[in-house]
Amino acid sequence: MQSVIQVSGLTKQFNNFTAVNDLSFSVNKGDVYGFLGQNGAGKSTTIRMLLTLIEPTAGNIELFGMNLKTHRKEILQQVGAVVEKPDVYKYLSAYQNVALFAKLSGITVNKTVIMNQLEMVGLAQRANDTVKTFSQGMKQRLGIAIALVHNPQLIVLDEPTNGLDPQGIADIRNLILRLSREMGKTVVVSSHLLSEIEQVATRLLIIDKGKKLIEGAANELFDPSQTIVELTAVDNNDALLRLQNSQWASNLQPQRQQSILLKLHKHQIPQLHKDLVALDIAVLSLQPRHSLEDYFLQITSGNQHVQAYTN
Amino acid sequence: MYKLIQIELYKIFRRPRTYIAFAAVFSLITIIQFGLKMDGKTYADFMMKDLSSSITIEGNILNGYLVCYIMLQLLLVHVPLLIALIAADMISGEANMGTLRIMLTKPISRTQFMLAKFIASSVYTLLLLVWLAILALFVSMYIFGTDDLFLMKSSYVVLLKNGDIFWRYVGAFCFAAVAMLTVAALGFLLSVFAENSIGPIVATMSVIIFFTILSTLNIPIFNAIKPYLFTTHMNDWKEFFDIQVTENNEAIIGSIQKPEKIINSILVLLLHIVGFVTAAILVFKKKDILS
Amino acid sequence: MKIYKCVSLVALIVVLQTSVFGQDMNALVAKVKAKLDLVNDYEADGKMKTDVAFIKAPLGRVKVYFKKPNKFRLKKEGGISLLPKGGISVNMNSIVGTHDYVAIFSGETVLNNVKVKIVKLLPTNENSDVVLTTMYIDEANLLVKKSTTTTKENGTYDIEMTYGQFANFGLPDKVVFSFNTKDYKLPKGITLEFDDAEKPQTEAQKLKNKKGRVEITYSNYIVNKGVNDSVFK
Repeated sequence: MQSVIQVSGLTKQFNNFTAVNDLSFSVNKGDVYGFLGQNGAGKSTTIRMLLTLIEPTAGNIELFGMNLKTHRKEILQQVGAVVEKPDVYKYLSAYQNVALFAKLSGITVNKTVIMNQLEMVGLAQRANDTVKTFSQGMKQRLGIAIALVHNPQLIVLDEPTNGLDPQGIADIRNLILRLSREMGKTVVVSSHLLSEIEQVATRLLIIDKGKKLIEGAANELFDPSQTIVELTAVDNNDALLRLQNSQWASNLQPQRQQSILLKLHKHQIPQLHKDLVALDIAVLSLQPRHSLEDYFLQITSGNQHVQAYTN
Repeated sequence: MYKLIQIELYKIFRRPRTYIAFAAVFSLITIIQFGLKMDGKTYADFMMKDLSSSITIEGNILNGYLVCYIMLQLLLVHVPLLIALIAADMISGEANMGTLRIMLTKPISRTQFMLAKFIASSVYTLLLLVWLAILALFVSMYIFGTDDLFLMKSSYVVLLKNGDIFWRYVGAFCFAAVAMLTVAALGFLLSVFAENSIGPIVATMSVIIFFTILSTLNIPIFNAIKPYLFTTHMNDWKEFFDIQVTENNEAIIGSIQKPEKIINSILVLLLHIVGFVTAAILVFKKKDILS
Repeated sequence: MKIYKCVSLVALIVVLQTSVFGQDMNALVAKVKAKLDLVNDYEADGKMKTDVAFIKAPLGRVKVYFKKPNKFRLKKEGGISLLPKGGISVNMNSIVGTHDYVAIFSGETVLNNVKVKIVKLLPTNENSDVVLTTMYIDEANLLVKKSTTTTKENGTYDIEMTYGQFANFGLPDKVVFSFNTKDYKLPKGITLEFDDAEKPQTEAQKLKNKKGRVEITYSNYIVNKGVNDSVFK
């Protein structure tokens, strides 16, 4: 599979704070690459380094087989990006903004091309309105139009659904799918909205505190047909010991404090019920969890900022 | 590069804020012209009170050339603020608007980006000066007519013949352009360090005011650094309006008293421009864009 | 008694001499006036050079007009003119034109290789602005070579005349006015000059600053061809 992005040993240090620590990953052509992490994990910093907005402290970045430091211009001609909130020139119209950035991207500015872009993101009717009259969702879509106007091969979307209503979020999701499946683009999308990434990503990278936790094909990392089951017993420690000595040992996942996590296919749940009884484990609750969210919480620090509410 | 400059100029002149400076210059000049037209004689009489005890002065003293000179003396102290409004906003304004990060993800080098921005702000500066020249010189010539230029310096007076004045104004405006570009370059440099415009604008004016005070204070301890301050040289456009005299104290038409002073000042100002812009580019190339 | 008689005799001789010479000086001045009276009017082109320490001015073109008995006008042809207050309108015609003076012989001297008689004119009219005029007259040619006039309002000024082709009419080729000037100074806060430090003046410079000269070189005299009264307005 042709690699579009190849990152090795990427590190960024801000004074005494290490935002990204020895990060390595690769993105293949045609991927919808989900880039996940909690707030402050280092996603935006990594993306900004990919886009040359930030200088890495160490490491190597290659895009399209070219070194980013030495071939910056050629690489960026093939990249379209929306970095966080896409701010544009509020005193210009949507059309003028797209035309301006199209010119910067090196393409011949053509009314047809620009209107096509605006049409694609649903802003053709508002082409001549100044951006200061736009809602957040419209600005987001305009940002995407600007990112796509020069027909880049790689599209980087950093938190594209920030501040959007459910319809806006759905629009972005559909756009990503279209870019990938119809237009064959490679898309890197970072988000903390796991449910959205789950629906579009073909490969995932999860980082925490600047370090890679896991990378791989989405279907290999979590099978939607597989589920995480959370078991709470009267005596969790005793229950854990019993399960470790049983046929369910390989299904055990990194544990949470208050409960035991097992990963298994949905159809195995009834058997688990029976075996728990056979193992004489006093079960307080047995709950299936949403796969990616739980997977994510499971493998990240899982530090809750606000204590869980229990009634 | 040309495309980049075009884009930057487009952004500057589509922005309403740009026209504040042009409106301000228009208002200031119109007020001064109105005042001098209504009561210029009183002003002229006051200035010549001392001289007129031994010398009779006849002719159209308050003509367009003198009015322009008066306005340049006043305005070239205040125009730097109007320059700073745009120049000090060039980078920080983009950072504040959030557009800097989109701009820098495009296939343009940071050096080209910075140069294009500085050139665009220079064009703005020059256009502002042309506007100033049109209003201060040509409109004054129209309203007040032209005649010899009678200038009162602190220890002597200079009388320039009518035909010997216009080229001096061309020179003075060219010099003022270099002086104002120095202000633009300073604002541009300070703009790199902030993510909102107010800071660099205030900082630019503070530096100018601070350096101007150092330049004008006659304290020996500051005399060593004065030649290196750009504010010391910014007012040397006036040297175009001083004339050499023969041994018999007859003014030599077409001459300048101290041309070497003008050349020296231009060189110092140009050095400052190059220094400020180079520093801005070097800092910006290394800057992490976090806005 | 003897001494008293001697002193009286000397005084009488001085008075007699003075009155004789006084009568001669009046006659001399009258002759000069008569020569000047040959001119009813004239106009001339002039080049005016201002030589005042604190004034930098280029050569100026002027036009001068005169009409009997005492109409005199100096006009700069375009531009601004800087003229010593009061003095420039003085000309020989206006000085010797009136009869309201007493001419007193005051000696002889040589001016520019020409022997001249020094004549002091004391105005008899108490209201006259002129307090005293000292004239240096070339008796042979009936030309006033120099005059020093002290006025009540405008101080003292010298006028030196050099004659050429219009000497017959008593009209000079070159006139140099020398006059006193006050110190000129404007605060730097008004002129916005902050750069150069004040250089201490030498005594010679300070004196120089107090004297000014205006030199007019005349050409193209048009004499007795008529001058319109409107030019004197």
